[in-house]
Amino acid sequence: MRFVFKTSYAQDIQLFRDRMDAFWYVLLAAAVALLPVVMSEYYVGETTWVFIYAICGVSLMVLVGYTGLISLGHAAFLGIGAYAHAFFIKHGVPWVAAVALAVVITTACGIIVGLPALRMSGIYLAIATLAFATIIQEVFSRWESVTHGFAGMPVEKPVIFGVSFAHDTAFYYLCLFFLVVSLWLTRNLLRAPTGRAWVAIRDSEIAAQSMGVNIAIYKSMAFAYSAALMGLAGALFAHKIAYLAPDIFTILLSIQLLLLVIVGGLGSLHGAVFGAIFVALLPPVIAILRDSIPATLSSVAGATGLSLFGAIGEGVGAFLRKPGVEAGIFGLILVLVILLEPLGMYGRWMKIRVYFSTFPMYKRATFKRQKTYMRSERLR
Amino acid sequence: MSFFKVDQLSINFGGIKAVDGVSFDVDKGSVFTIIGPNGAGKTTIFNLVSRIYEPSGGRLVFEGNDITHVPPHRVAKLGIARTFQNIELFEHASLLQNLLLARHAHKQSSFFSELLFLPSVRRMEVEHREAVEKVIDFLDLQQYRESLIVNLPYGVRKVTELARALCTNPKLLLLDEPSSGLNVEETEDMAFWIQDIKNLLGITVLMVEHDMKLVSAVSDRVLALNYGRPLAQGSPQEVQSHPEVVRAYLGG
Repeated sequence: MRFVFKTSYAQDIQLFRDRMDAFWYVLLAAAVALLPVVMSEYYVGETTWVFIYAICGVSLMVLVGYTGLISLGHAAFLGIGAYAHAFFIKHGVPWVAAVALAVVITTACGIIVGLPALRMSGIYLAIATLAFATIIQEVFSRWESVTHGFAGMPVEKPVIFGVSFAHDTAFYYLCLFFLVVSLWLTRNLLRAPTGRAWVAIRDSEIAAQSMGVNIAIYKSMAFAYSAALMGLAGALFAHKIAYLAPDIFTILLSIQLLLLVIVGGLGSLHGAVFGAIFVALLPPVIAILRDSIPATLSSVAGATGLSLFGAIGEGVGAFLRKPGVEAGIFGLILVLVILLEPLGMYGRWMKIRVYFSTFPMYKRATFKRQKTYMRSERLR
Repeated sequence: MSFFKVDQLSINFGGIKAVDGVSFDVDKGSVFTIIGPNGAGKTTIFNLVSRIYEPSGGRLVFEGNDITHVPPHRVAKLGIARTFQNIELFEHASLLQNLLLARHAHKQSSFFSELLFLPSVRRMEVEHREAVEKVIDFLDLQQYRESLIVNLPYGVRKVTELARALCTNPKLLLLDEPSSGLNVEETEDMAFWIQDIKNLLGITVLMVEHDMKLVSAVSDRVLALNYGRPLAQGSPQEVQSHPEVVRAYLGG
């Protein structure tokens, strides 16, 4: 058992719950910082994707997980950020200024898209944001003087204050830095009145209003902040992908981002990071399994003389090579998560944590969902 | 000048006159109760006062200021707080977070200072926490501080609503059926709390209530409504024995 002794109110609003907590986060930071030393360049590149997706996740988590507004158009914000950044870089704007401008532009777009959100919620808002994303995608392909349409737009490597971040490892640290900053800023907002107002709007607009929350302002703020983070992620995304084309920022990417926050666990920043790990690493994991399963099983077949293993390996490999398998696995996992663990990977993580911190007194019933007939259990 | 004055307040929903020319005065430091059968327009008056509905006629005057057209989120800042009949808590937040949100009307920090969590924000947060802890002590909610609202029983949720309203530091407290769904013991507690809120905290209470025992125990004045129209006004005993009121409740 582990006890946290609280002796002051300030303790409850600290960044880390206690020293133990801080210690683990420092350890995690050190491990992540040392990863490029032990990993091959390919994995460094894949982990960079995790960081970029995690920034997207934080962005969407603020909107969906904390404010309760759904968006099916976040790929459009990512695209606006990416194109704006690439455009400014191409025209010789310094890197930091280009990122800042990209963030400002996406924030402005976020406020504009947020306006209908003041009157809409649920599925209607999803449709409205979807329409926005479709329009923006069309803009990307038609506004050729800026985006070069389907011919595509190459993105130069980042050079910040004369220092080149062209190398994969350098870019890894750059993305890590921005992820940590966005997590820190978001966490600050969430432990301050603004974050509470967002959660209040999510759970009961009418009560939030009666307690003095200006719903219109705070919903717009959620949209603007979410779009700003997406703009930042877009700038990094542009460098990472190196070549922008309109068909990157499709509805499928929006859905993938929504899947990220749901699988990660709605309503927690941990969830955004867990979800990003899942979304970014599933494709390379499938790619690895595609080759390694047949290879391992055929070597087993060779060693034991049983040709059955080799046949199974070939079968699995062939299945994983089929087009659409990746999307299928994504979908299957989404269904399973919603059915079995509505709080996503964060929910599972919390259970494991509680298991160890209350060991040996863990009770499974702690997390059992009880059937009650109060408002919280009804569909809204 | 009266503390809170409702003057010829009316609202129509289509052809239905939900509230029709209701006037009353609430004195500072008193408990004023509105009674009436279901559908009499009691909660509608509350929704008009907290500015969720737009009245079709009449005036609301609070401390000499006309608040008939104040936007709903400004009402809390003026010093009017309310509870809801069908509990409207923030259910996936802890009790403490619920109460802290009630301090929103007293928020002074800007977005950017919160983004960086500057020392001023930290100091304000501790101040809010101190204010909230006073209410927690007042209503004996210590043991539920960290619980999520979804995991709390109905009776505690009801008290949490009261606590949240008190955390806004109100001058006028609107209680919408504070005893509904509570057992006898909890209702007694509620009666004591309402008296303490009036006597110790000096907060004026405007209340909608069905439990006549609670009404006569705590109210200074009572207004009876039926079909959106006032039937009688006076002390609890006067109103209770008024022939119109008896007819409204018992028929005949």
